[in-house]
Amino acid sequence: MNLNATFIAQMLVFFILGWFTMKFVWPPLMKALDDRAKRIADGLAAAERGNAALKDALVRFHQLEAEARARAQEIIAQTEKRASAMAEEAKAAARDEGERLIDAAKAEIESEMQRAKDELRNQVAQLAVAGAERILRREINAQAHADLLVQLRQELR
Amino acid sequence: MSTTAHAPTASEYIVHHLTHLSTKSQSSIIDLSVVNIDTLFWSLSMGSLVCYLTWRAARQATAGVPGRFQAGVEMLAEMVNDQAKAIIHSAESRQFVAPLAMTVFLWITFMNSLDFLPVDLPGKILALTGLERFIPSHRIVPTADLNGTIGMSSGVLLLMLYYNVKIKSLGGFIHELFCAPFGAKIWLFPFNLLLNLIEFAAKTVSLGMRLFGNMYAGELLFMLIALLGATATWWGFGMQLIAGSAWAIFHILIVLLQAFIFMMLTLVYVGQAHEGH
Repeated sequence: MNLNATFIAQMLVFFILGWFTMKFVWPPLMKALDDRAKRIADGLAAAERGNAALKDALVRFHQLEAEARARAQEIIAQTEKRASAMAEEAKAAARDEGERLIDAAKAEIESEMQRAKDELRNQVAQLAVAGAERILRREINAQAHADLLVQLRQELR
Repeated sequence: MSTTAHAPTASEYIVHHLTHLSTKSQSSIIDLSVVNIDTLFWSLSMGSLVCYLTWRAARQATAGVPGRFQAGVEMLAEMVNDQAKAIIHSAESRQFVAPLAMTVFLWITFMNSLDFLPVDLPGKILALTGLERFIPSHRIVPTADLNGTIGMSSGVLLLMLYYNVKIKSLGGFIHELFCAPFGAKIWLFPFNLLLNLIEFAAKTVSLGMRLFGNMYAGELLFMLIALLGATATWWGFGMQLIAGSAWAIFHILIVLLQAFIFMMLTLVYVGQAHEGH
């Protein structure tokens, strides 16, 4: 434990190392640290902004969704209304058509019946006249009794 | 250490291990014509290593995601910077003192860590390579040499004086030397000056001696533990294993703690130079 010139040399080395670090090591290190701190702060701020934007977007989305849902409900309701109206219309049309057909059929039946009745009446009249002719061949003058025959035909109706 | 002729006695062994490689043998306590080459070599080597490592970290430093090495250096720099900010309030002074403190911490840690090398390793390598003829003795821990630690604490003393003069101006500093701490009375001047001189001396000597004492004691203890193994008995061998491991593990704490204390005291002393009494 003797002191000698070594300690002076060591002292110089002490300052040289300090100078070297101050000149070449410390500034880039501190700059990197500051830059990184800034970058992290920026990143956090950006994340914050992103979060706020997301929140806004969500609110907007919910609003749009509610609107769309209401609109859809409206459209569905309208469609249903229209559909039931159309069904009602179709039903009415069908009923009318049916009634018309039934009426037509009834009219035809009526006229057919009338025709058949007329024919039958004619035939019966003819048969009656023929029968009467046979029985009364002589006494009956077709011409003289035409009025009588017409009267008879009228009564048979 | 020569093994051919005869095994050295315990005291020869210790004395040999505590002898510096110097330009000439030193007889007086203070002899400025002598230089300890081994201390200078290893302290310069460790200083260069520290400079290289931190310089590499600084060169690659980017604001992006740091690698492990860069992150480690950055954590250390951040820690030192925080300490410096808390202790030294002048940003201008910090520009020099904070980097100095970081380098001093790393430098002392590296120099102290040389203590972990086996005590006989350097001697054995010198003996095996035949360099023993030119380098008869060699101590590799620069902080276990009083010159190494007093050299650094003298540096701190110069810094204290420099910042005292810079902050308070030469007149202000001299005024403080004579007028603080007892008061500005003419008959108190000698006592004030005496106390201030003692304070500066005590700071410097205790700063150097603390580190030196810790590392010297650690080195000496490693030698004594090595001597246990040299008894060539199972007991000695086992004790060397157990005590050597235990002391080495404990020494990790001392190595880092002493480096940290030296760094902190450097900051504190320089910080005190900024404040008036």
